[in-house]
Amino acid sequence: MPETLSEPVRRPGFFGRDKNFTRLLAIFVLVFIGCAILKPDLFLKASNFQSMAKQFPEFGLLSIGVALTMLTGGIDLSVVNIGNLAAVLAARVMISFAPKGSSPEQTLTVVVAAMVLALFVGALCGAVNGLLVSKIGIPAILATLGTQQLFMGLAIVVTSGRPISGLPMIYARYGNRNIFGAVPVVLAVFAVSALIVGVLLSRTRFGAKLYMLGSNATAARFAGINVDRLYVLAYMLSGLLAAVAGLIMMARSNSAKADYGISYTMQSILIAVLGGVSPNGGRGNVQGVVAAVLILQLLSSVLNMFENISNFYRDILWGIVMIGVLIINYLINVRDLRRQSQ
Amino acid sequence: MTENILEARDVRKSFGGVKALKGVSMSIRKGEIHCLAGENGCGKSTLIKIVSGFYEPDAGEITINGTTYDRITTAQAIREGVQVIYQDLSVFPNLTVMENLAINHQLMAGGTLVNWSGIRRTAEAAAALTGLSVDMTELVENLSLADKQLIAISRALLSNAKLIIMDEPTTALAKKEVSRLFGIIKRLQAAGISILFVSHKLDEVFEISERFTIFRSGENVVTGDTGGLDDRKFAYYMTGREFAEERFAAGAVPGEPVLETRALTLENGFYDVSLTLRKGEILGITGLLGSGRSELAKALVGYVPADSGQILLNGLPVRIASVVDAVRHGVACVPEDRLTEGLFLIQSILDNIAVSRWDALSNRFGVIRRREVEREAAAWIRSLSVATRDPLLPVQTLSGGNQQKVVLARWLANDLKALILNGPTVGVDIGAKYDIHRIIRGLAGRGLAVLVISDDLPEVMSLCNRVLVMRSGRLAGELAVKDSTTEELAELSMRE
Amino acid sequence: MPGPGNLEEPMRFKRHLRRSEPYIFAALLLLCLAVELRSGQFFTGNNIVDLARSLTVPAIFCIGEMLVLISGGVDVSFPAIASLSMYVVSRYLDDYQGTVALNLFVGAVLGLVMGGLNGFLVARFRFPAMLVTLGTTSVFSGILFGALGAREYPVPPPMYDLGKAKLFSAHNPVSGLSSDMPVSILLLALLLAATWFLLNRTLTGRGIYAIGGDPVAAERAGFNLFRIQMFIYCFSGALAGLTGVIRGSMMLNCHPTNLNGMEMTCIAACVLGGASITGGKGTLFGVMLGITLMTVMANSLILIGVPTYWQRVFTGAIILVGTGVSAYQALRGRRKPGAVARRAGHA
Repeated sequence: MPETLSEPVRRPGFFGRDKNFTRLLAIFVLVFIGCAILKPDLFLKASNFQSMAKQFPEFGLLSIGVALTMLTGGIDLSVVNIGNLAAVLAARVMISFAPKGSSPEQTLTVVVAAMVLALFVGALCGAVNGLLVSKIGIPAILATLGTQQLFMGLAIVVTSGRPISGLPMIYARYGNRNIFGAVPVVLAVFAVSALIVGVLLSRTRFGAKLYMLGSNATAARFAGINVDRLYVLAYMLSGLLAAVAGLIMMARSNSAKADYGISYTMQSILIAVLGGVSPNGGRGNVQGVVAAVLILQLLSSVLNMFENISNFYRDILWGIVMIGVLIINYLINVRDLRRQSQ
Repeated sequence: MTENILEARDVRKSFGGVKALKGVSMSIRKGEIHCLAGENGCGKSTLIKIVSGFYEPDAGEITINGTTYDRITTAQAIREGVQVIYQDLSVFPNLTVMENLAINHQLMAGGTLVNWSGIRRTAEAAAALTGLSVDMTELVENLSLADKQLIAISRALLSNAKLIIMDEPTTALAKKEVSRLFGIIKRLQAAGISILFVSHKLDEVFEISERFTIFRSGENVVTGDTGGLDDRKFAYYMTGREFAEERFAAGAVPGEPVLETRALTLENGFYDVSLTLRKGEILGITGLLGSGRSELAKALVGYVPADSGQILLNGLPVRIASVVDAVRHGVACVPEDRLTEGLFLIQSILDNIAVSRWDALSNRFGVIRRREVEREAAAWIRSLSVATRDPLLPVQTLSGGNQQKVVLARWLANDLKALILNGPTVGVDIGAKYDIHRIIRGLAGRGLAVLVISDDLPEVMSLCNRVLVMRSGRLAGELAVKDSTTEELAELSMRE
Repeated sequence: MPGPGNLEEPMRFKRHLRRSEPYIFAALLLLCLAVELRSGQFFTGNNIVDLARSLTVPAIFCIGEMLVLISGGVDVSFPAIASLSMYVVSRYLDDYQGTVALNLFVGAVLGLVMGGLNGFLVARFRFPAMLVTLGTTSVFSGILFGALGAREYPVPPPMYDLGKAKLFSAHNPVSGLSSDMPVSILLLALLLAATWFLLNRTLTGRGIYAIGGDPVAAERAGFNLFRIQMFIYCFSGALAGLTGVIRGSMMLNCHPTNLNGMEMTCIAACVLGGASITGGKGTLFGVMLGITLMTVMANSLILIGVPTYWQRVFTGAIILVGTGVSAYQALRGRRKPGAVARRAGHA
């Protein structure tokens, strides 16, 4: 993909002068206005916003994870499967150690322990990806393709291929609750995670080095960056976010299954690209990805409001949006280059 | 009057607003070896691309074999016998020698089917033209660079070349391979083929060509017989500046040893290397391609650690298993290939300088103190006079010399004990080369131990105070610069 | 030929050891023997026929994927293309009674058009093929399930007949099972022969390798990059469309969802068989070995008493081990000077 050659890169500050982000914000506003005009009665309702806020955190977290690995010049095709594996294991633990009729204290302890376990499993799976990419040298697309099958396979083995339900009531109850009666817990989790990753990328040496690694891994090694560790950390972070997404999916459906949300894999790559993350590595940021998540959520909600339009039209739209974004970026680059040479 | 194979008259070409060629003219006689020289960006490549039909000139005309064109197409250029051998050689690493040799021929012959026995015949005929002797069924990716180059030349000869344009063909060749190449060029000349040899190395221009043309910023500077050319004039024509030759004199008393190796060995790389690098000196290591000089550089900074032997810092043995270790001990390296090993091309100049400083300039949560980083980088940009209007522009907007300064600046802010420079001025203009040499001398003057690895013998002679020569992986000798000549050094490094 | 013959032979032998085909062949053989030892049921007529049966569809997919990989791209859209072609042919030719050739032809043409869209986006704009085909996958499956509202649907009579037709039947006296060798396997053989000819005997085929090796050099040599890339994606699309129809007929029913995930299996098989994810390399023989290994693994777990839900774990492990071994060697080779220095030396 042609890269912009002449534009200053990665302005300091959280928002900086990021043309791509400005463009995405403009698109977001336009889409918002468009939705409001198309379905004013349904769209502009508090309940609609609340239900949207409960939908996007899960794939939003996965997208941020994928974006992180794309920044290193790789990709993570296993995020959904990490999420499911983490959720399935957590569910197993909850059901085994806090069966119906356990005391509230015991249930709470077990639920918390299961969640910690899920996060640990997510980080561990991510570390496996990172090691395969850095120490073994398998191209990320193949490594995570392999672990995708592996993690999904393990989840199937754990569940014998069936969904696990009958989780302690308290888990779904808290998971689907609103803070102050207005902000869904899952939205808060998403916001905090996005903020943390955003700060990591824009403010810390970890983030700064990640961009360098993504643009030239050999040069990063020569510059004294601990490249292998950085790969492992990036994939671990992606795995951790995937596990959080898995816990959210588990709360929403009140069950865990080896193959929930399989379509999220493609969707999160799409969102990362839409959000301005370069598939060649070294370019992109969290705010862009978040904007892309919100845009897709708006589009998908408003599509839902047309009863005679099947859900699957969403897929057509996603595909067209993604290719459209690629073409628009291409045209902008061509224009920039032409302008630069005049 | 001798007939000309090629005449370019008043050729102009702009890209957007940038005038790459401001009306250049040159002529190449039949059967001559003509050298075209000039700094990066002087318009040589643009002219080559116009002559071979890849660019359309804005104005001017080109006469080849007596036919005059306002604009020549690639197909016409090939029909007229113009063949270009690019620096990257344009070979297919994943195909066999024989297919690489014959594929253009097959394509030109047209048709849809591949004739393998024809390919074999064609390939063998082509190989015979240059004396290429490798297994026809070997994959090209397994060949040496010199053999790849021979493939490119043989391939060009097949298509009835009358004029072969070679774009800096010697950049990555060892001396022995260069003389083989020159032998072939002379043979081609004897067969009546004209050669346009693009180079900015004076000794080569002398050795191979009869006439030369020099471009500067898209204009003709001079055309003439090579006979009347010397070092000073050549540099002046190329840059429009005068340079005084300098030699580095280390402090009278050699400093204490900083970096020492004892019997350092890397299988298939180098063997039993024991050397001492002292504080405040510039030690040169030279040798042919494949002599192990680059491998030694990589081992000293832990990029590819040595198999056995010892590295000592300030007299104490240290373990350097990765670049991270080396940097922690105060040893850093400016790698050989700026574009693929040194720079983060799409990232900003600022980040390219600051990359080695983030650990030092961040708090205990890893948050970078951005102001300090910016101030520091800006100071380096000023003091090394990196020519840019905005440090936040991608580093790929800089010229080669300025890019090299950026890679250098990266290490200067760190508290280094030793700096290893591998090919510090490869592909850098004479002007910037002069600047970089001054910077390196300044570093040594301030007490840094500097190791320069280079196959540019005049550079080694003017930059270092002591030179070690490597031959087939071993240290083969040492010269003190002040009482030796470049010729002695050349003799030492090429002795079989 | 330069050099004495006795020197060349060991060199050529060594060169073969650098390829992945011998290793994958050995692995396949070991796996087959292990299954045979454990179950005694591997080398039985009906098991072999069963394997051939489950191999047919993924093997044709792999042919297309391999071409794309050699050219330096990757295609994840072929299951969507196949499903859409399969459904359209089943749904809109449902009372067609003539020869199955028409169904196959229509399927291939539909696939060609969809592949053409991929090709255009990749060749015209030079977008990463992965992203383009991800995007078109979304579009194609959206059309399939959204615009066409696809669901299970019976296949038209000619396809049904093709699915029922058999070359021969293999009976296993021990288990009492018998299996039919599908006629479609002939199509696989035909396509293999045609693709072999394309890759090794035509200039377009050599062009595919050339652009995968070095696109800039290929353009300088006079290959038409746009035309070759368009050709590759159209070809792979047409194969996918055709395979969709074959799949429908072999299942005797049109299941629009059951090809999902096939792209991962096929990419993995190609890479296992020595096709390079960075382009320029790949042979039909290797890729067929790769997909056979994956299929044998998937089909034989039951024979050796491993519950089927372990299948994915094994698939994942095979992908990781298979790609890991060569990746690790390459990683060591790249960092160590040995390989390069030695080879440079023989000049």
